[in-house]
Amino acid sequence: MAVAIHIQNLTRRFNDLVAVDNISFDIDHGEIFGLLGPNGAGKTTMLSMLSTMLKPTSGSATINGIDIEKDEDGVRKSIGIVFQDQSLDEELTAWENMDFHGRLYRIPTDIRKQRITELLNLVELEDRKDDIVKTFSGGMRRRLEIARGLLHHPSVLFLDEPTLGLDPQTRNHLWQYIATLAKEKGITIILTTHYMDEADRLCNRIAIIDHGRIIALDTPKNLKDGIGGDVVTIKSSDPGAIVAALTEPWIIRVEKHNDEAIISLQNAEQHISTIVTLLNTQRIPIESIAIHKPTLEDVFLSFTGKTIREEEADHKTNMRMHQRMVRH
Amino acid sequence: MDIIYTIWLRNMKRYIRSKSRIIGSISMPLFFLLFLGFGLNSVVQLPGLGGNYIVFLIPGMVAMSVLFTSVFSGIQIIWDKQFGFLKETLVAPVSRLEIMLGQTLGGATTAVLQGFMILVLSVFIGLHISSLTGFLIAFMFMALIGISFTAFGIAIASRMEDMTGFQLIMNFVVFPIFGLSGALFPISSLPAWMGPVTLLDPLTYGVEGIRYGLTGVSQVNPLVCFAVIGGFALVMTVLGGFLFRKIKF
Repeated sequence: MAVAIHIQNLTRRFNDLVAVDNISFDIDHGEIFGLLGPNGAGKTTMLSMLSTMLKPTSGSATINGIDIEKDEDGVRKSIGIVFQDQSLDEELTAWENMDFHGRLYRIPTDIRKQRITELLNLVELEDRKDDIVKTFSGGMRRRLEIARGLLHHPSVLFLDEPTLGLDPQTRNHLWQYIATLAKEKGITIILTTHYMDEADRLCNRIAIIDHGRIIALDTPKNLKDGIGGDVVTIKSSDPGAIVAALTEPWIIRVEKHNDEAIISLQNAEQHISTIVTLLNTQRIPIESIAIHKPTLEDVFLSFTGKTIREEEADHKTNMRMHQRMVRH
Repeated sequence: MDIIYTIWLRNMKRYIRSKSRIIGSISMPLFFLLFLGFGLNSVVQLPGLGGNYIVFLIPGMVAMSVLFTSVFSGIQIIWDKQFGFLKETLVAPVSRLEIMLGQTLGGATTAVLQGFMILVLSVFIGLHISSLTGFLIAFMFMALIGISFTAFGIAIASRMEDMTGFQLIMNFVVFPIFGLSGALFPISSLPAWMGPVTLLDPLTYGVEGIRYGLTGVSQVNPLVCFAVIGGFALVMTVLGGFLFRKIKF
């Protein structure tokens, strides 16, 4: 398969903060590629550089063979972007927002009209085309933004947190759109998200990013298989004792995390009674037990030793300290 | 050209839909015109300027309308920044200069339309437009004021993060520009030390130009007016274009 995006040693610093740290990878044509990580991991910085909005400190990248620094307009013509924050003109109608975009990208009038109708149909907003965007719900705005991003037929579409702040039903709906788009239009889609389920459901491949570095890159299936079998989570007042007690050969890995012991093993259903008996005989208290198939959350935890939520909390503290240092 | 037109078109669409803004920004100069005009008409003597204070005031109020609308139109870019729409424009494969020029022309057009409304209303309180040439001259000066101060607003907006500084700019920059311009009084009647100050104010030349077009008399030679306000429009456009280019996403 042809390479759509080639990224080599891409780095971006903000003063002493390294937001993107020497990242290299390729994205194939037609792929849905996910950048997964907590808020502040460097996903948006990454996207900003690829879409020519931000200059890299060092390293390089090409989109369809076009260098992001040497030919900004060339890159801009071949990409579509849906920003994390809304970027519609709320005083204009859906049609006018589309039309404005079409004119900016110099699409001839007749083709422009035809495409706008086609795309508004695709995102099911055709019947609302003459309504002012101010009256639209969050999900409708997002759909309109995606339609707008596709108007100039980009070969690469960037979606920055496409379902942030949307209700579950709308999110589901949007995922279907995105999947259909990639399949029918054959465009490459890069999305950033901090929702594990979103990445899992949509992406062909995922790069897990933390502190500006890629800590894992593979298909969701391979990432989860890497955990090995199933995950058993035992909540207890003494999780350390559980880690010490479980030394059976069929246990792949056992780690203490806060007040839980997290155990990776094959065929958890068969072994669960053995585990319970073992812990009972050693008088280790058990508050609750849960068995589940590994999720990307487990993958993230196994690579970073933290859940994505804890990582976000840490990041916020860091940012605050950083700001304080800058201020004083 | 097509990009400039696109940006201009958006400005027009937004303008036509903002009924409250249209009415809001003609009300202030209109009230000034009515209260000051009728209030002071019988008190104020204007030697050598036709003697009628209302007719003297009308060009000033037209200029005021254009001034405030255009500064406001330029500063509106901050809203586009805050509501995210600016990103959509900046990431398109078009030059920043085209965007800035489109915005300037859009703002200038709305400002001229606002000034035109005052002009039309003025006909009912004593303005006689004697010749088409005079009207076109006034129109041209309105356009130059509009371009100058929209570009000025864009220049300021390019350096501002949010609207918190807006009131400060209005009170300490725009209002003095208006007050010193001779929109309200003849500059020749000022104390000797104050005359030169009004001649440093670019709006003075705009007001005098409009006054020449509408009433046929002005205290500054209309050609000088044209050169100064025309030059000022050019300088502001270059400055606005320069600062707008440096806006970060």
